[in-house]
Amino acid sequence: MKYPNLNLTLSSSPHSHSKNSTAVIMRDVCIALIPALIAAIWLFGPRALTMTVVSSASCVVFEWAYRNLMKKDQTVSDWSAVVTGMLVAFVCPVNLPMWTLVLGDFFAIVVVKQLFGGIGMNIVNPALAARAFMFSWPSLMSGNWISPLDGTTCATPMAALSEGTLPAESLLDLFLGKVGGSFGEVSALALILGGAYLLVRKVISARIPLAYLLTVAVLAFCFPVGGNARLDWMLYQLLSGGLMLGAIFMATDYTTSPVTHGGQIVFGIGCGVLTIALRYFGSYVEGVSYAILIMNCCVGFFDKIGIPKRFGLKKGGEAK
Amino acid sequence: MAHSFFGGVHPKGYKELTREAPIQPLEPKIVSIAMSQHIGAPCQPLVSVGERVLVGQKIADGQGLCAPIHASVSGTVVAIEKRYYPSGWLMPSIVIESDGRNTLHPGIQKRTSIEGLTAEELIAIIREAGITGMGGAGFPTSVKLSSGLGKVDTVLINGAECEPYITSDDRLMRETPERIIGGIRVVQQILKPKRTVIGVEKNKPEAIESMRKALKKEAELLPLKVRYPQGAEKQLIQAVTKRRVPPGGLPAAVGCAVFNVATCAAIYDAVFDGMPLVRRAVTVTGKAIKNPSNFSAPIGTLFEDLVEAAGGFVSDPYKIFVGGPMMGIAQHTLETSTIKGNNALTCLSVADKHEVDNPHCIRCGKCVDVCPMRLMPTMLYKAQTKGDLEQLEKGNLLDCIECGSCAYTCPAGIELVHSFRTGKKLLRDAQAKEAKK
Repeated sequence: MKYPNLNLTLSSSPHSHSKNSTAVIMRDVCIALIPALIAAIWLFGPRALTMTVVSSASCVVFEWAYRNLMKKDQTVSDWSAVVTGMLVAFVCPVNLPMWTLVLGDFFAIVVVKQLFGGIGMNIVNPALAARAFMFSWPSLMSGNWISPLDGTTCATPMAALSEGTLPAESLLDLFLGKVGGSFGEVSALALILGGAYLLVRKVISARIPLAYLLTVAVLAFCFPVGGNARLDWMLYQLLSGGLMLGAIFMATDYTTSPVTHGGQIVFGIGCGVLTIALRYFGSYVEGVSYAILIMNCCVGFFDKIGIPKRFGLKKGGEAK
Repeated sequence: MAHSFFGGVHPKGYKELTREAPIQPLEPKIVSIAMSQHIGAPCQPLVSVGERVLVGQKIADGQGLCAPIHASVSGTVVAIEKRYYPSGWLMPSIVIESDGRNTLHPGIQKRTSIEGLTAEELIAIIREAGITGMGGAGFPTSVKLSSGLGKVDTVLINGAECEPYITSDDRLMRETPERIIGGIRVVQQILKPKRTVIGVEKNKPEAIESMRKALKKEAELLPLKVRYPQGAEKQLIQAVTKRRVPPGGLPAAVGCAVFNVATCAAIYDAVFDGMPLVRRAVTVTGKAIKNPSNFSAPIGTLFEDLVEAAGGFVSDPYKIFVGGPMMGIAQHTLETSTIKGNNALTCLSVADKHEVDNPHCIRCGKCVDVCPMRLMPTMLYKAQTKGDLEQLEKGNLLDCIECGSCAYTCPAGIELVHSFRTGKKLLRDAQAKEAKK
């Protein structure tokens, strides 16, 4: 034997792996959220940053503590808790008390994510479920919207839209985010920048956001309310509320969206239809978060729709 | 125009380690020739311990789906015993101590022309020369040819070499294109195809140029997109002809037959030089190797001799495998020897180590995007961990070609191919049990 004492690793092929990892992906999502965070600090002041930091830190601590207490392998280094923390903060008004926010983080990480088995196993989006949970205090979550830049109380554009009237703010104000609302959702520009980064980094594909936004656009264009001009109505619907944040960052959450291409498109369309339906017919002014939460529950079904055709079979199922 | 296949990945090539290394003859003192060099029935030895053998002398043969085995060096049979085999287990092998003279067996006669030889006669020559597919799977070439008679309208010559690190086919195309083309002419005389296409990935411009110069309208030369697994049989057929081999079917089902460039060169040697398959080009490479090289090594060369000829190790090898990193088989010892299908020995150093903290599926769906067989790896993985055979069957697990694209791309680092091999075994066992009832 010419080479004794070789300490060789045996494992199944492949022996080469892409540099991509869960942590890299999650870090990319955090990076993509930074433009919206910067916009929020500019619009609503430093409390937006404080809330984001507190929320992310709480999520990391809850994740770490749960995995430790339950003696499960530690997953806190995968950055997914940071993403959840940022998103939970982003869907809150900037004047929400910290205790509500941390309670929301607890609900997102422990109840929604960990009790279902941790990363990759949850049924619904943790941040959106936390938002729904925090709405147990509706007056805190949507009772007292603050106008950006000047800090006075105001109504959100969604309130006007649900009355069938166009909001007082200009479309440019909506695009930049100079309107009342949850602090991470208001700036369409910042969110689109983040989405472009995710597309370039191939973290998400355009299938879900495009299907979602196009569906909302088409429905709003075809069915304007209150005798408003179609185009104006459509653009206000697209730029108001949580739609951009939802379509780009929430509906594309891997775990709670389909993996098949066909399934993703149907899922996006479904989110769009439900969003318009809830906005038009629901008694609450906004529809995005509940639309996505409802669609999350049907992911298994959508995956089945999209299963690719077997290689080498013709349509009828016989051999080619 | 080359079309494309579904999915696929772009692993880093590392071919620069050996692409400029000419194929050098290697003369080991000892060879250990395994009695199974191919898919099908193993061979039985025709020689005994102490017997003197000459290069090209038939030393083992068998019945059915089988290709005979020849002495790759001249010398003395010193043992017939179980030795390590690239798949990891032990295999009866004929061990020959070389006399260093490489004396040819007198039966080896050159042939100047193949005119007038019938398909059956040519197939018989190829069978007697022990030729098997040299791209990996090792299907006996004579059986592939005779089962393709009358069914094949398109012959594909596979020079894709899409696996990272390996350059043995690249070097072969650059150094002796006339042997490959001579072999193609033999295949054409047997199968009489309407179309013959040589597919080479575009990352081998010198090989494409060399083949183009040597070609005289025998075949089309088709540069292929650089994408793994371009050289997988079903994917190559899809990329070149748009045809899709049906599940469980052979290429002949869609009128195609695929031959590796090295197999074609071996056919040339057998038909024109009368020389059976006793040597092949082997790339010895990887960061742990001092002088990554290409060798023309006798079949049965010990891995430790390959490593030594390439200058030994510069750093501790972390993983050594036969073939490339996507589909290669990890080795636990260097006392194993080469077989006809071994195109490379790759030695990774500790720097290549890939460690994963959290192997939890995040349902990103990247495996679904890259699967060239259009399977749902994420769903199959879940079914396999639960032992759900019904779901595995429904998900067409047996269609999996184990190319490794899914596991390569998986950000969670899940060993998907390992899981699918286990699942396939469970499924096949269950099916065999069902058949017995």
